[in-house]
Amino acid sequence: MAKITLDNLAHSYLPNPKSEDDFALKELNHVWEDGAAYALLGSSGCGKTTLLNIISGLLQPSRGRILFDDVDVTHAPTAQRSIAQVFQFPVVYDTMSVRDNLAFPLRNRGRDEKYVAERVQEIARMIGMEDMLNRKARGLTADAKQKISLGRGMVRKDVNALLFDEPLTVIDPHMKWELRTQLKKLHHDFGHTMIYVTHDQTEALTFADKVVVMYEGRVVQIGTPDELFERPEHTFVGYFIGSPGMNVIPAKVEGRTAYIDGSSVELARGYGPLDGKVEIGVRPEFARLSQSDGLPVKVRRVEDVGRHKIIRANFFGHDINIIAGEDDPVSADMNRVTFDAKHVNVYANDWRVEGEAA
Amino acid sequence: MDKTVNHKAWFLVLPVLILVAFSAVIPLMTVVNYSVQDTFGQNEFFWAGLEWFEEMLASDRMWDALGRQLMFSGIILLIEVPLGIFVALNMPKSGFWASFCLVVMSLPLLIPWNVVGTIWQIFGRVDIGLLGYTLDLIGVDYNYTQDTFAAWVTIIVMDVWHWTSLVALLAYAGLKSIPDAYYQAAKIDQASRWKVFRFIELPKMMGVLMIAVLLRFMDSFMIYTEPFVVTGGGPGNATTLLSIDLVKMALGQFDLGPAAAFSIMYFLVILLISWVFYTVMTNLDKKGM
Repeated sequence: MAKITLDNLAHSYLPNPKSEDDFALKELNHVWEDGAAYALLGSSGCGKTTLLNIISGLLQPSRGRILFDDVDVTHAPTAQRSIAQVFQFPVVYDTMSVRDNLAFPLRNRGRDEKYVAERVQEIARMIGMEDMLNRKARGLTADAKQKISLGRGMVRKDVNALLFDEPLTVIDPHMKWELRTQLKKLHHDFGHTMIYVTHDQTEALTFADKVVVMYEGRVVQIGTPDELFERPEHTFVGYFIGSPGMNVIPAKVEGRTAYIDGSSVELARGYGPLDGKVEIGVRPEFARLSQSDGLPVKVRRVEDVGRHKIIRANFFGHDINIIAGEDDPVSADMNRVTFDAKHVNVYANDWRVEGEAA
Repeated sequence: MDKTVNHKAWFLVLPVLILVAFSAVIPLMTVVNYSVQDTFGQNEFFWAGLEWFEEMLASDRMWDALGRQLMFSGIILLIEVPLGIFVALNMPKSGFWASFCLVVMSLPLLIPWNVVGTIWQIFGRVDIGLLGYTLDLIGVDYNYTQDTFAAWVTIIVMDVWHWTSLVALLAYAGLKSIPDAYYQAAKIDQASRWKVFRFIELPKMMGVLMIAVLLRFMDSFMIYTEPFVVTGGGPGNATTLLSIDLVKMALGQFDLGPAAAFSIMYFLVILLISWVFYTVMTNLDKKGM
């Protein structure tokens, strides 16, 4: 087990990257604490897999260093790093039995057969495949194969880190929950550093202590699920986390007031003059529909999703979402909206601006 | 589900039947016809029953040729398949050199059989051939027209030169279809190079390799032109393979009856071995080997 440090790391798939756009992974400094569970969240093609492959040594970064504890492993081959990695699509050794598949990483490291048998049995129980151990891996269903891949990833106890690259994509929903619980338990029991790549926010938020959100090759925020929810550092985080995502509305900000088309919204903090694209961000949870207070909106649709209602509305030409409690009345004459000032964030060029307390 | 029964539908199969009849069945039947009759010329034929078959089965000549044939096919398969895989493993996977290798590898496949034969016939000659002359110069006793071993080496090396590319290209296609994730997983699992080959590359190549083996077996079992041009079946009968012997019998000696019986048995042997190959292949496939 080790602390993993990324030092000025950047990667481009082009041999001679010229501009920043050529980089699949933009410059990154980060320390993955020993024993923590991280989720790496972001939309497809944002560089998640690139980052993972650099950590496991399948890819050599174009720039920067990577350290395990304090040892530079930037150019060390995968085998020396002692990392377990599970890929998005199942990789099984077709000609081997399930048992031999699970035993493969241990046998390659020359562990004695008694230990191997013990470990394989344990892992098989964990992934629910005890009765299939003697079957050939070929011809199994995709999710059974993926469970074997997961099992192969978990079978070693002495790994520096466990990396998961969207491992549950092909697993059916019931088993997904089950396996995620197993992974959490594994983390709890052995305290491996785990990095879990996903584009599913529920998966990320339930699995991890800390969530790393990536956007266009850049890490835009690292934080606890709460922080991501309350104070998204980048409009992408606001939009990506939450269901529905944060409302982002162009505005003009002066001091403690934001102006939207000339109408004013009160802010909890004061802001100096801002350059570029200025927007305010409000989560639907912190917007409230009302009869008399606030700014005018035009309600287009109300969706009852069970625990709450989602109100789709038009606000000065922008689509916004408002969440109302299950029992909150929504009537035709409610055509105004108020925002909870404490939870209104201000963004300049997509990055959050920290205001000054008044 | 109820099926409509209309026996007139059989007429729809007729065109295919006619085509197959003219392209395969009727020519084959003339051979069958010859194999059960005897003639003394003047287009007069007498019923001979299974006599020719019995005669051929009792003759050492056919068994010897079959033995040589099996040895030839066996040896070239044992060389070409591993060599083809080895070449494919070492070919570049992309870029200019990948295309370059593919073109170079395809060249021998594009040369007509008799030209290949001629090339090697001249190449191996001790008086004017580069190979034969050089070997003679450095003191190797090499003369494929007189020495059985030299003749065998020549026709085997020639076949390997001509056809290993085919195995290599098929194996290469199999290798290229393996997703990167397999190699990455193997690295994570710390699999050795041998294990990567044994548990990833070989199983994934199995399908195309079986096709390669089948093609190379059938082709080599029927080989005629190349060894005929190089050695003419000699020295003595040392390189007289089945088809060379058959042609000698049918056209050289004009023994139509025995040659026809020979042909039919030859055909049946190929059919049988190919069927065995095919069955083994599909069974392995089902068992997940």
